[in-house]
Amino acid sequence: MAEPYLSASAMRGGYGKADILNGCTLTVDQGQIAVIVGPNGAGKSTAMKAVFGMLNLREGAVKLGGEDITRLTPQERVHKGMGFVPQTHNIFPTMTVEENLEMGAFIRTDDYRETIEQVYHLFPAVADKRKQNAGELSGGQRQQVAVGRALMTKPRLLMLDEPTAGVSPIVMDELFDRIIEVARTGISILMVEQNARQALEIADIGYVLVQGANRYTDSGKALMADPEVRRTFLGG
Amino acid sequence: MDFLNALVAILNFVVIPAAAYGAQLALGALGVTLIYGILRFSNFAHGDTMAFGTGLVILVTWGLQALGISLGPLPVALLALPIGIALCSAFVLGTDRVVYRFYRKKKSDSIIMVMASVGVMFVMNGLTRLLIGVDEIRFDDGARFLISVQDFKAWTGLTEGLALRLSQALTLVVTALCCWALFRFLNKSRSGKAMRAYADNEDLALLSGIDPERIVRLTWIIATALAVTAGTLYGLDKSFKAFNYFQILLPIFAAAIVGGLGSPIGAVAGGFIVAFSEVAVTYPWKKIATYLGFQPEGLLQLLSTEYKFAVSFVILIVVLLFRPTGLFRGKAY
Repeated sequence: MAEPYLSASAMRGGYGKADILNGCTLTVDQGQIAVIVGPNGAGKSTAMKAVFGMLNLREGAVKLGGEDITRLTPQERVHKGMGFVPQTHNIFPTMTVEENLEMGAFIRTDDYRETIEQVYHLFPAVADKRKQNAGELSGGQRQQVAVGRALMTKPRLLMLDEPTAGVSPIVMDELFDRIIEVARTGISILMVEQNARQALEIADIGYVLVQGANRYTDSGKALMADPEVRRTFLGG
Repeated sequence: MDFLNALVAILNFVVIPAAAYGAQLALGALGVTLIYGILRFSNFAHGDTMAFGTGLVILVTWGLQALGISLGPLPVALLALPIGIALCSAFVLGTDRVVYRFYRKKKSDSIIMVMASVGVMFVMNGLTRLLIGVDEIRFDDGARFLISVQDFKAWTGLTEGLALRLSQALTLVVTALCCWALFRFLNKSRSGKAMRAYADNEDLALLSGIDPERIVRLTWIIATALAVTAGTLYGLDKSFKAFNYFQILLPIFAAAIVGGLGSPIGAVAGGFIVAFSEVAVTYPWKKIATYLGFQPEGLLQLLSTEYKFAVSFVILIVVLLFRPTGLFRGKAY
Protein backbone atom coordinates (compact mmCIF):
# COMPACT_ATOMS: atom_id res chain seq x y z
CA MET A 1 0.00 0.00 0.00
CA ALA A 2 1.32 3.44 -0.92
CA GLU A 3 2.07 5.86 1.88
CA PRO A 4 -0.81 8.24 2.61
CA TYR A 5 -0.41 11.89 1.54
CA LEU A 6 -0.41 13.15 5.10
CA SER A 7 0.88 10.97 7.84
CA ALA A 8 1.22 12.35 11.34
CA SER A 9 2.30 9.51 13.55
CA ALA A 10 2.51 9.03 17.31
CA MET A 11 2.36 12.77 18.03
CA ARG A 12 3.13 13.69 21.61
CA GLY A 13 3.27 17.23 22.93
CA GLY A 14 1.41 20.17 24.50
CA TYR A 15 1.63 23.86 25.29
CA GLY A 16 3.18 23.72 28.73
CA LYS A 17 4.66 20.86 30.71
CA ALA A 18 1.66 18.57 30.51
CA ASP A 19 1.14 16.78 27.20
CA ILE A 20 -2.19 17.20 25.49
CA LEU A 21 -1.41 14.76 22.70
CA ASN A 22 -0.50 11.29 23.86
CA GLY A 23 0.53 9.37 20.80
CA CYS A 24 -2.07 10.60 18.37
CA THR A 25 -1.84 9.38 14.78
CA LEU A 26 -3.64 10.93 11.81
CA THR A 27 -3.36 9.98 8.16
CA VAL A 28 -5.18 11.35 5.13
CA ASP A 29 -5.02 10.04 1.57
CA GLN A 30 -5.15 12.14 -1.55
CA GLY A 31 -8.66 13.52 -2.01
CA GLN A 32 -9.90 11.99 1.21
CA ILE A 33 -11.96 13.74 3.85
CA ALA A 34 -10.72 12.98 7.36
CA VAL A 35 -12.69 14.17 10.35
CA ILE A 36 -11.50 14.41 13.93
CA VAL A 37 -14.25 14.16 16.53
CA GLY A 38 -14.24 13.61 20.25
CA PRO A 39 -15.36 15.08 23.55
CA ASN A 40 -14.39 18.54 24.73
CA GLY A 41 -10.76 18.80 25.71
CA ALA A 42 -9.78 15.67 23.80
CA GLY A 43 -7.10 17.60 21.94
CA LYS A 44 -8.87 17.76 18.56
CA SER A 45 -7.80 21.29 17.67
CA THR A 46 -4.41 20.71 19.29
CA ALA A 47 -3.86 17.68 17.06
CA MET A 48 -4.60 19.77 14.01
CA LYS A 49 -2.33 22.58 15.20
CA ALA A 50 0.41 20.01 15.71
CA VAL A 51 -0.01 18.85 12.12
CA PHE A 52 0.29 22.47 11.00
CA GLY A 53 3.37 23.15 13.14
CA MET A 54 1.76 25.57 15.61
CA LEU A 55 2.78 23.27 18.44
CA ASN A 56 6.17 21.76 19.18
CA LEU A 57 6.10 17.98 19.27
CA ARG A 58 8.19 16.08 21.77
CA GLU A 59 7.71 12.85 19.87
CA GLY A 60 6.27 11.74 16.62
CA ALA A 61 6.68 12.88 13.05
CA VAL A 62 4.62 14.68 10.43
CA LYS A 63 5.14 13.66 6.82
CA LEU A 64 3.54 15.33 3.83
CA GLY A 65 3.83 13.57 0.49
CA GLY A 66 6.57 11.39 1.89
CA GLU A 67 8.66 14.37 3.06
CA ASP A 68 9.37 14.84 6.77
CA ILE A 69 8.13 18.32 7.73
CA THR A 70 8.18 17.90 11.53
CA ARG A 71 10.63 20.75 12.05
CA LEU A 72 9.09 23.28 9.64
CA THR A 73 7.26 26.44 10.72
CA PRO A 74 3.60 26.90 9.72
CA GLN A 75 4.67 29.41 7.04
CA GLU A 76 7.06 26.89 5.53
CA ARG A 77 4.34 24.25 5.60
CA VAL A 78 2.10 26.58 3.59
CA HIS A 79 4.81 26.58 0.94
CA LYS A 80 4.82 22.78 1.06
CA GLY A 81 1.12 22.63 0.20
CA MET A 82 -0.79 22.95 3.46
CA GLY A 83 -3.70 25.32 3.85
CA PHE A 84 -5.13 26.16 7.27
CA VAL A 85 -8.42 27.79 8.19
CA PRO A 86 -8.42 28.81 11.87
CA GLN A 87 -11.64 28.52 13.82
CA THR A 88 -11.93 32.26 14.55
CA HIS A 89 -10.25 35.39 13.24
CA ASN A 90 -9.85 33.68 9.90
CA ILE A 91 -10.53 36.66 7.61
CA PHE A 92 -9.30 40.25 7.17
CA PRO A 93 -12.50 42.06 8.23
CA THR A 94 -11.83 45.56 6.87
CA MET A 95 -10.64 44.30 3.51
CA THR A 96 -12.89 43.35 0.64
CA VAL A 97 -13.61 39.73 -0.22
CA GLU A 98 -11.40 40.06 -3.27
CA GLU A 99 -8.55 41.54 -1.23
CA ASN A 100 -8.89 38.69 1.26
CA LEU A 101 -8.36 36.24 -1.57
CA GLU A 102 -5.43 38.29 -2.91
CA MET A 103 -3.80 38.16 0.51
CA GLY A 104 -4.33 34.40 0.52
CA ALA A 105 -2.26 34.30 -2.65
CA PHE A 106 0.44 36.57 -1.18
CA ILE A 107 3.21 33.97 -1.48
CA ARG A 108 2.37 33.20 -5.09
CA THR A 109 4.43 34.89 -7.77
CA ASP A 110 2.45 33.56 -10.72
CA ASP A 111 -0.88 34.78 -12.03
CA TYR A 112 -3.53 33.80 -9.50
CA ARG A 113 -6.59 35.28 -11.20
CA GLU A 114 -7.67 31.85 -12.37
CA THR A 115 -7.64 30.56 -8.79
CA ILE A 116 -9.79 33.52 -7.70
CA GLU A 117 -12.30 32.59 -10.40
CA GLN A 118 -12.27 28.99 -9.20
CA VAL A 119 -13.01 30.13 -5.65
CA TYR A 120 -15.85 32.33 -6.91
CA HIS A 121 -17.16 29.38 -8.90
CA LEU A 122 -17.10 27.25 -5.76
CA PHE A 123 -18.74 29.92 -3.60
CA PRO A 124 -21.16 31.92 -5.79
CA ALA A 125 -22.62 33.73 -2.75
CA VAL A 126 -19.18 35.16 -2.02
CA ALA A 127 -18.59 36.08 -5.65
CA ASP A 128 -21.57 38.43 -5.53
CA LYS A 129 -19.98 40.32 -2.66
CA ARG A 130 -16.43 40.53 -3.93
CA LYS A 131 -16.25 44.31 -3.45
CA GLN A 132 -17.76 44.22 0.03
CA ASN A 133 -15.73 44.16 3.25
CA ALA A 134 -15.45 40.62 4.53
CA GLY A 135 -16.32 41.77 8.05
CA GLU A 136 -19.78 42.81 6.87
CA LEU A 137 -20.72 39.32 5.65
CA SER A 138 -22.84 36.75 7.47
CA GLY A 139 -21.16 34.01 9.50
CA GLY A 140 -21.54 31.38 6.78
CA GLN A 141 -20.23 33.68 4.07
CA ARG A 142 -17.26 34.63 6.23
CA GLN A 143 -16.39 30.95 6.56
CA GLN A 144 -16.60 30.63 2.80
CA VAL A 145 -14.21 33.58 2.44
CA ALA A 146 -11.91 31.98 5.01
CA VAL A 147 -11.89 28.66 3.12
CA GLY A 148 -11.45 30.55 -0.15
CA ARG A 149 -8.48 32.44 1.25
CA ALA A 150 -6.80 29.18 2.25
CA LEU A 151 -7.51 27.70 -1.20
CA MET A 152 -5.64 30.55 -2.90
CA THR A 153 -2.24 28.92 -2.36
CA LYS A 154 -3.58 25.81 -4.19
CA PRO A 155 -2.95 23.58 -1.19
CA ARG A 156 -2.84 19.79 -1.50
CA LEU A 157 -4.09 19.44 2.08
CA LEU A 158 -6.72 21.76 3.49
CA MET A 159 -7.16 21.85 7.27
CA LEU A 160 -10.36 23.25 8.76
CA ASP A 161 -10.77 23.93 12.46
CA GLU A 162 -14.49 23.68 13.19
CA PRO A 163 -15.65 25.30 9.96
CA THR A 164 -19.32 25.11 10.95
CA ALA A 165 -18.97 26.60 14.45
CA GLY A 166 -21.71 29.14 14.96
CA VAL A 167 -23.47 28.82 11.61
CA SER A 168 -27.06 27.72 11.05
CA PRO A 169 -27.87 24.07 10.09
CA ILE A 170 -28.75 25.03 6.51
CA VAL A 171 -25.48 26.89 6.06
CA MET A 172 -23.70 23.96 7.66
CA ASP A 173 -25.08 21.52 5.06
CA GLU A 174 -24.09 23.95 2.33
CA LEU A 175 -20.57 24.24 3.70
CA PHE A 176 -20.20 20.46 3.91
CA ASP A 177 -21.35 20.18 0.28
CA ARG A 178 -18.67 22.65 -0.71
CA ILE A 179 -16.05 20.76 1.26
CA ILE A 180 -16.97 17.55 -0.57
CA GLU A 181 -16.62 19.45 -3.82
CA VAL A 182 -13.15 20.66 -2.82
CA ALA A 183 -12.13 17.09 -1.94
CA ARG A 184 -13.31 15.87 -5.37
CA THR A 185 -10.70 18.10 -7.00
CA GLY A 186 -8.06 15.95 -5.34
CA ILE A 187 -7.40 18.10 -2.27
CA SER A 188 -7.13 16.18 0.98
CA ILE A 189 -9.23 17.54 3.82
CA LEU A 190 -8.53 17.28 7.52
CA MET A 191 -11.12 18.84 9.75
CA VAL A 192 -12.11 19.09 13.36
CA GLU A 193 -15.85 19.14 13.92
CA GLN A 194 -18.18 19.79 16.78
CA ASN A 195 -21.15 18.57 14.72
CA ALA A 196 -19.84 15.02 14.82
CA ARG A 197 -22.84 13.25 13.25
CA GLN A 198 -23.04 15.39 10.09
CA ALA A 199 -19.28 15.48 9.74
CA LEU A 200 -18.89 11.71 9.98
CA GLU A 201 -21.54 11.32 7.28
CA ILE A 202 -19.23 12.94 4.75
CA ALA A 203 -16.01 11.51 6.18
CA ASP A 204 -13.96 8.92 4.34
CA ILE A 205 -12.11 8.34 7.55
CA GLY A 206 -13.00 9.39 11.07
CA TYR A 207 -10.81 9.70 14.12
CA VAL A 208 -12.33 9.65 17.57
CA LEU A 209 -9.85 11.20 19.96
CA VAL A 210 -10.01 10.81 23.72
CA GLN A 211 -7.40 12.41 25.97
CA GLY A 212 -5.05 13.10 23.13
CA ALA A 213 -4.98 9.54 21.81
CA ASN A 214 -6.83 7.65 19.07
CA ARG A 215 -9.78 5.75 20.53
CA TYR A 216 -11.56 4.64 17.37
CA THR A 217 -10.44 4.93 13.77
CA ASP A 218 -12.64 3.78 10.93
CA SER A 219 -14.60 5.00 7.95
CA GLY A 220 -17.22 7.60 8.81
CA LYS A 221 -20.05 5.15 8.04
CA ALA A 222 -18.58 2.42 10.22
CA LEU A 223 -18.12 4.79 13.17
CA MET A 224 -21.72 5.93 12.82
CA ALA A 225 -22.82 2.33 12.85
CA ASP A 226 -20.72 1.36 15.87
CA PRO A 227 -23.10 1.28 18.85
CA GLU A 228 -20.28 2.00 21.30
CA VAL A 229 -19.23 5.15 19.42
CA ARG A 230 -22.84 6.22 19.03
CA ARG A 231 -23.60 5.80 22.67
CA THR A 232 -20.46 7.49 23.98
CA PHE A 233 -19.79 10.27 21.49
CA LEU A 234 -22.79 10.87 19.30
CA GLY A 235 -25.45 11.02 21.94
CA GLY A 236 -27.33 7.76 21.15
CA MET B 1 -20.55 94.82 0.14
CA ASP B 2 -20.29 94.37 3.90
CA PHE B 3 -21.36 90.80 3.49
CA LEU B 4 -18.52 90.23 1.04
CA ASN B 5 -16.12 91.90 3.44
CA ALA B 6 -17.27 89.57 6.21
CA LEU B 7 -16.77 86.60 3.92
CA VAL B 8 -13.26 87.70 2.97
CA ALA B 9 -12.40 88.29 6.63
CA ILE B 10 -13.58 84.77 7.53
CA LEU B 11 -11.53 83.34 4.67
CA ASN B 12 -8.47 85.33 5.62
CA PHE B 13 -8.47 84.88 9.37
CA VAL B 14 -10.19 81.54 9.85
CA VAL B 15 -10.51 79.33 6.78
CA ILE B 16 -7.05 79.71 5.25
CA PRO B 17 -5.00 79.50 8.47
CA ALA B 18 -7.13 76.65 9.81
CA ALA B 19 -6.92 74.75 6.55
CA ALA B 20 -3.13 75.01 6.49
CA TYR B 21 -2.84 74.09 10.16
CA GLY B 22 -5.36 71.27 9.69
CA ALA B 23 -3.34 69.87 6.82
CA GLN B 24 -0.21 69.85 8.97
CA LEU B 25 -2.07 68.10 11.80
CA ALA B 26 -3.57 65.64 9.32
CA LEU B 27 -0.13 64.59 8.08
CA GLY B 28 1.05 64.16 11.66
CA ALA B 29 -2.08 62.25 12.68
CA LEU B 30 -1.75 59.94 9.67
CA GLY B 31 1.64 58.85 10.97
CA VAL B 32 0.29 58.33 14.49
CA THR B 33 -2.68 56.34 13.22
CA LEU B 34 -0.56 54.13 10.94
CA ILE B 35 1.80 53.28 13.80
CA TYR B 36 -1.16 52.61 16.07
CA GLY B 37 -2.89 50.39 13.51
CA ILE B 38 0.15 48.34 12.58
CA LEU B 39 2.57 48.47 15.52
CA ARG B 40 -0.32 48.66 17.98
CA PHE B 41 0.81 51.45 20.27
CA SER B 42 0.50 55.24 20.55
CA ASN B 43 3.84 56.69 19.57
CA PHE B 44 4.58 59.59 21.90
CA ALA B 45 7.86 60.24 20.12
CA HIS B 46 6.00 61.30 16.97
CA GLY B 47 6.15 65.03 17.75
CA ASP B 48 9.87 64.85 18.38
CA THR B 49 10.33 62.79 15.22
CA MET B 50 8.82 65.80 13.47
CA ALA B 51 11.21 68.15 15.29
CA PHE B 52 14.28 65.99 14.68
CA GLY B 53 13.43 65.47 11.02
CA THR B 54 12.70 69.15 10.48
CA GLY B 55 16.00 69.99 12.16
CA LEU B 56 17.75 67.74 9.67
CA VAL B 57 15.85 69.37 6.81
CA ILE B 58 16.97 72.81 8.02
CA LEU B 59 20.61 71.72 8.19
CA VAL B 60 20.41 70.33 4.66
CA THR B 61 18.65 73.53 3.54
CA TRP B 62 21.50 75.63 4.91
CA GLY B 63 23.96 73.39 3.14
CA LEU B 64 22.12 73.73 -0.17
CA GLN B 65 21.85 77.50 0.29
CA ALA B 66 25.59 77.68 0.97
CA LEU B 67 26.10 75.91 -2.35
CA GLY B 68 24.09 78.70 -3.97
CA ILE B 69 21.13 76.51 -4.86
CA SER B 70 17.76 78.23 -5.16
CA LEU B 71 14.32 77.09 -6.31
CA GLY B 72 13.19 80.55 -7.40
CA PRO B 73 9.89 81.33 -5.68
CA LEU B 74 9.76 77.97 -3.88
CA PRO B 75 11.64 77.36 -0.62
CA VAL B 76 14.87 75.35 -0.87
CA ALA B 77 13.57 73.25 2.04
CA LEU B 78 11.44 71.34 -0.50
CA LEU B 79 14.64 70.07 -2.08
CA ALA B 80 16.11 69.27 1.34
CA LEU B 81 12.93 67.43 2.42
CA PRO B 82 13.63 64.05 0.74
CA ILE B 83 17.15 64.03 2.18
CA GLY B 84 15.82 64.91 5.62
CA ILE B 85 13.22 62.13 5.34
CA ALA B 86 15.88 59.58 4.38
CA LEU B 87 18.15 60.57 7.28
CA CYS B 88 15.32 60.68 9.82
CA SER B 89 13.93 57.32 8.61
CA ALA B 90 17.33 55.76 9.12
CA PHE B 91 17.37 57.12 12.66
CA VAL B 92 13.82 55.94 13.40
CA LEU B 93 14.54 52.47 12.02
CA GLY B 94 17.52 52.47 14.35
CA THR B 95 15.27 53.19 17.35
CA ASP B 96 12.97 50.37 16.26
CA ARG B 97 15.93 48.02 16.10
CA VAL B 98 17.31 49.11 19.47
CA VAL B 99 14.10 49.72 21.43
CA TYR B 100 10.78 48.59 20.01
CA ARG B 101 11.81 45.32 18.39
CA PHE B 102 12.77 43.91 21.77
CA TYR B 103 9.28 44.52 23.15
CA ARG B 104 7.64 43.37 19.93
CA LYS B 105 9.45 40.01 20.08
CA LYS B 106 8.35 39.66 23.69
CA LYS B 107 4.79 40.51 22.65
CA SER B 108 4.69 43.16 25.38
CA ASP B 109 1.51 45.01 26.24
CA SER B 110 0.90 48.14 24.25
CA ILE B 111 1.25 50.29 27.39
CA ILE B 112 4.86 49.11 27.68
CA MET B 113 5.49 50.15 24.08
CA VAL B 114 3.89 53.54 24.84
CA MET B 115 6.20 54.03 27.82
CA ALA B 116 9.19 53.01 25.71
CA SER B 117 8.13 55.61 23.16
CA VAL B 118 8.08 58.25 25.93
CA GLY B 119 11.71 57.37 26.56
CA VAL B 120 12.50 57.64 22.87
CA MET B 121 10.68 60.98 22.88
CA PHE B 122 12.97 62.42 25.56
CA VAL B 123 16.08 61.17 23.80
CA MET B 124 14.98 62.62 20.46
CA ASN B 125 13.98 65.84 22.18
CA GLY B 126 17.49 66.22 23.59
CA LEU B 127 19.15 65.21 20.34
CA THR B 128 17.16 67.82 18.44
CA ARG B 129 18.35 70.53 20.83
CA LEU B 130 21.95 69.37 20.51
CA LEU B 131 21.59 69.24 16.75
CA ILE B 132 20.05 72.61 16.08
CA GLY B 133 19.49 74.44 19.35
CA VAL B 134 16.41 75.78 21.08
CA ASP B 135 16.10 79.11 19.26
CA GLU B 136 13.41 80.05 16.84
CA ILE B 137 14.61 79.49 13.28
CA ARG B 138 13.06 80.81 10.10
CA PHE B 139 14.17 78.86 7.08
CA ASP B 140 11.67 79.87 4.42
CA ASP B 141 13.22 81.53 1.41
CA GLY B 142 11.71 82.28 -1.99
CA ALA B 143 8.46 84.22 -2.37
CA ARG B 144 6.37 84.98 0.71
CA PHE B 145 2.93 85.64 -0.71
CA LEU B 146 0.90 84.11 -3.47
CA ILE B 147 -1.77 86.76 -2.92
CA SER B 148 -0.88 89.80 -0.83
CA VAL B 149 -3.33 92.03 1.02
CA GLN B 150 -2.51 95.10 -1.12
CA ASP B 151 -2.94 93.19 -4.39
CA PHE B 152 -6.20 91.69 -3.23
CA LYS B 153 -7.61 95.07 -2.20
CA ALA B 154 -6.51 96.62 -5.51
CA TRP B 155 -8.19 93.81 -7.52
CA THR B 156 -11.45 93.70 -5.65
CA GLY B 157 -11.84 97.19 -4.18
CA LEU B 158 -12.97 95.66 -0.86
CA THR B 159 -11.85 97.27 2.39
CA GLU B 160 -11.02 93.85 3.81
CA GLY B 161 -7.82 92.28 2.55
CA LEU B 162 -6.97 88.65 1.93
CA ALA B 163 -3.53 87.13 2.00
CA LEU B 164 -2.48 83.69 0.90
CA ARG B 165 1.05 82.89 1.90
CA LEU B 166 3.07 80.60 -0.32
CA SER B 167 3.75 78.33 2.67
CA GLN B 168 0.01 77.90 3.20
CA ALA B 169 -0.69 77.07 -0.43
CA LEU B 170 2.31 74.74 -0.43
CA THR B 171 1.02 72.99 2.70
CA LEU B 172 -2.35 72.31 1.11
CA VAL B 173 -0.90 71.10 -2.19
CA VAL B 174 1.74 68.87 -0.57
CA THR B 175 -0.79 67.42 1.89
CA ALA B 176 -3.22 66.65 -0.92
CA LEU B 177 -0.45 64.90 -2.86
CA CYS B 178 0.69 62.94 0.21
CA CYS B 179 -2.85 61.78 1.01
CA TRP B 180 -3.51 60.81 -2.59
CA ALA B 181 -0.27 58.83 -2.75
CA LEU B 182 -0.81 57.19 0.64
CA PHE B 183 -4.39 56.11 -0.05
CA ARG B 184 -3.42 54.84 -3.47
CA PHE B 185 -0.57 52.90 -1.93
CA LEU B 186 -2.75 51.38 0.81
CA ASN B 187 -5.61 50.45 -1.50
CA LYS B 188 -3.89 49.41 -4.71
CA SER B 189 -0.36 48.18 -4.10
CA ARG B 190 0.58 44.73 -2.90
CA SER B 191 2.67 46.11 -0.03
CA GLY B 192 -0.06 48.54 0.99
CA LYS B 193 -2.65 45.76 1.08
CA ALA B 194 -0.25 43.62 3.08
CA MET B 195 0.04 46.49 5.59
CA ARG B 196 -3.73 46.64 5.91
CA ALA B 197 -3.94 42.87 6.22
CA TYR B 198 -1.34 42.94 8.98
CA ALA B 199 -3.28 45.68 10.77
CA ASP B 200 -6.50 43.67 10.41
CA ASN B 201 -5.32 40.27 11.55
CA GLU B 202 -1.69 39.78 12.47
CA ASP B 203 -1.81 35.97 12.79
CA LEU B 204 -3.62 35.40 9.54
CA ALA B 205 -1.20 37.78 7.78
CA LEU B 206 1.63 35.63 9.09
CA LEU B 207 -0.12 32.48 7.83
CA SER B 208 -0.54 34.13 4.44
CA GLY B 209 3.22 34.54 4.18
CA ILE B 210 3.41 38.30 4.90
CA ASP B 211 6.76 39.17 6.52
CA PRO B 212 5.93 41.17 9.67
CA GLU B 213 9.35 42.80 10.01
CA ARG B 214 9.08 44.16 6.49
CA ILE B 215 5.64 45.60 7.26
CA VAL B 216 7.01 47.19 10.42
CA ARG B 217 9.91 48.80 8.55
CA LEU B 218 7.60 50.07 5.84
CA THR B 219 5.29 51.57 8.46
CA TRP B 220 8.10 53.40 10.22
CA ILE B 221 9.39 54.81 6.95
CA ILE B 222 5.96 56.02 5.80
CA ALA B 223 5.09 57.48 9.22
CA THR B 224 8.47 59.23 9.39
CA ALA B 225 8.11 60.61 5.86
CA LEU B 226 4.70 62.02 6.80
CA ALA B 227 6.01 63.40 10.10
CA VAL B 228 9.02 65.13 8.56
CA THR B 229 6.86 66.55 5.77
CA ALA B 230 4.34 67.84 8.31
CA GLY B 231 7.11 69.28 10.48
CA THR B 232 8.79 71.03 7.58
CA LEU B 233 5.52 72.50 6.34
CA TYR B 234 4.68 73.65 9.86
CA GLY B 235 8.14 75.20 10.20
CA LEU B 236 7.86 76.97 6.86
CA ASP B 237 4.39 78.23 7.74
CA LYS B 238 5.17 79.45 11.25
CA SER B 239 8.79 78.96 12.29
CA PHE B 240 10.92 76.18 13.67
CA LYS B 241 11.17 75.85 17.40
CA ALA B 242 11.94 72.46 18.89
CA PHE B 243 9.50 72.90 21.77
CA ASN B 244 6.56 73.70 19.47
CA TYR B 245 6.74 70.21 18.01
CA PHE B 246 6.53 68.67 21.42
CA GLN B 247 3.39 70.73 22.07
CA ILE B 248 1.81 69.93 18.73
CA LEU B 249 1.69 66.27 19.80
CA LEU B 250 -1.52 66.94 21.72
CA PRO B 251 -3.60 68.28 18.80
CA ILE B 252 -2.14 65.51 16.62
CA PHE B 253 -3.30 62.84 19.04
CA ALA B 254 -6.64 64.59 19.38
CA ALA B 255 -6.97 64.50 15.59
CA ALA B 256 -6.07 60.80 15.35
CA ILE B 257 -8.48 59.88 18.15
CA VAL B 258 -11.34 62.04 16.86
CA GLY B 259 -11.03 60.33 13.49
CA GLY B 260 -10.68 56.90 15.07
CA LEU B 261 -7.24 55.48 15.83
CA GLY B 262 -6.09 53.22 13.04
CA SER B 263 -8.27 54.87 10.40
CA PRO B 264 -6.23 56.92 7.88
CA ILE B 265 -9.25 58.76 6.48
CA GLY B 266 -10.27 59.54 10.07
CA ALA B 267 -6.86 61.04 10.79
CA VAL B 268 -7.24 63.47 7.91
CA ALA B 269 -10.77 64.44 8.92
CA GLY B 270 -9.69 64.71 12.57
CA GLY B 271 -6.81 67.03 11.67
CA PHE B 272 -9.14 69.49 10.02
CA ILE B 273 -11.78 69.23 12.75
CA VAL B 274 -9.25 70.02 15.48
CA ALA B 275 -7.64 72.83 13.50
CA PHE B 276 -10.92 74.51 12.59
CA SER B 277 -12.21 74.25 16.16
CA GLU B 278 -9.00 75.67 17.56
CA VAL B 279 -8.92 78.63 15.18
CA ALA B 280 -12.65 79.30 15.39
CA VAL B 281 -12.65 79.32 19.18
CA THR B 282 -9.60 81.55 19.55
CA TYR B 283 -10.46 84.03 16.78
CA PRO B 284 -12.04 87.36 17.83
CA TRP B 285 -15.22 87.50 15.75
CA LYS B 286 -15.95 91.16 16.46
CA LYS B 287 -14.88 92.45 13.06
CA ILE B 288 -17.03 89.96 11.19
CA ALA B 289 -20.01 90.61 13.44
CA THR B 290 -19.63 94.32 12.77
CA TYR B 291 -19.65 93.75 9.02
CA LEU B 292 -22.85 91.76 9.44
CA GLY B 293 -24.54 94.66 11.22
CA PHE B 294 -24.09 93.71 14.87
CA GLN B 295 -22.50 95.97 17.42
CA PRO B 296 -20.85 93.59 19.87
CA GLU B 297 -19.39 94.97 23.06
CA GLY B 298 -16.50 92.54 23.54
CA LEU B 299 -14.07 91.00 21.12
CA LEU B 300 -16.28 87.93 20.72
CA GLN B 301 -13.25 85.77 21.36
CA LEU B 302 -14.25 82.62 23.20
CA LEU B 303 -10.77 81.75 24.37
CA SER B 304 -7.51 83.63 24.21
CA THR B 305 -4.90 82.03 21.98
CA GLU B 306 -2.69 80.97 24.89
CA TYR B 307 -5.39 78.47 25.76
CA LYS B 308 -5.69 76.96 22.30
CA PHE B 309 -4.51 73.57 23.55
CA ALA B 310 -7.55 73.44 25.80
CA VAL B 311 -9.60 73.04 22.63
CA SER B 312 -7.80 69.80 21.78
CA PHE B 313 -8.30 68.59 25.33
CA VAL B 314 -12.02 69.32 25.26
CA ILE B 315 -12.46 67.62 21.89
CA LEU B 316 -10.53 64.61 23.16
CA ILE B 317 -12.65 64.31 26.27
CA VAL B 318 -15.92 64.71 24.40
CA VAL B 319 -14.97 62.09 21.84
CA LEU B 320 -13.70 59.64 24.43
CA LEU B 321 -16.91 60.08 26.44
CA PHE B 322 -19.43 59.84 23.64
CA ARG B 323 -17.77 58.03 20.76
CA PRO B 324 -14.60 56.38 21.97
CA THR B 325 -13.94 54.65 18.66
CA GLY B 326 -13.86 58.00 16.84
CA LEU B 327 -15.84 59.20 13.86
CA PHE B 328 -14.54 56.52 11.50
CA ARG B 329 -14.59 53.55 13.84
CA GLY B 330 -11.02 53.04 14.86
CA LYS B 331 -9.92 50.14 16.99
CA ALA B 332 -8.55 49.74 20.47
CA TYR B 333 -5.73 47.52 21.60
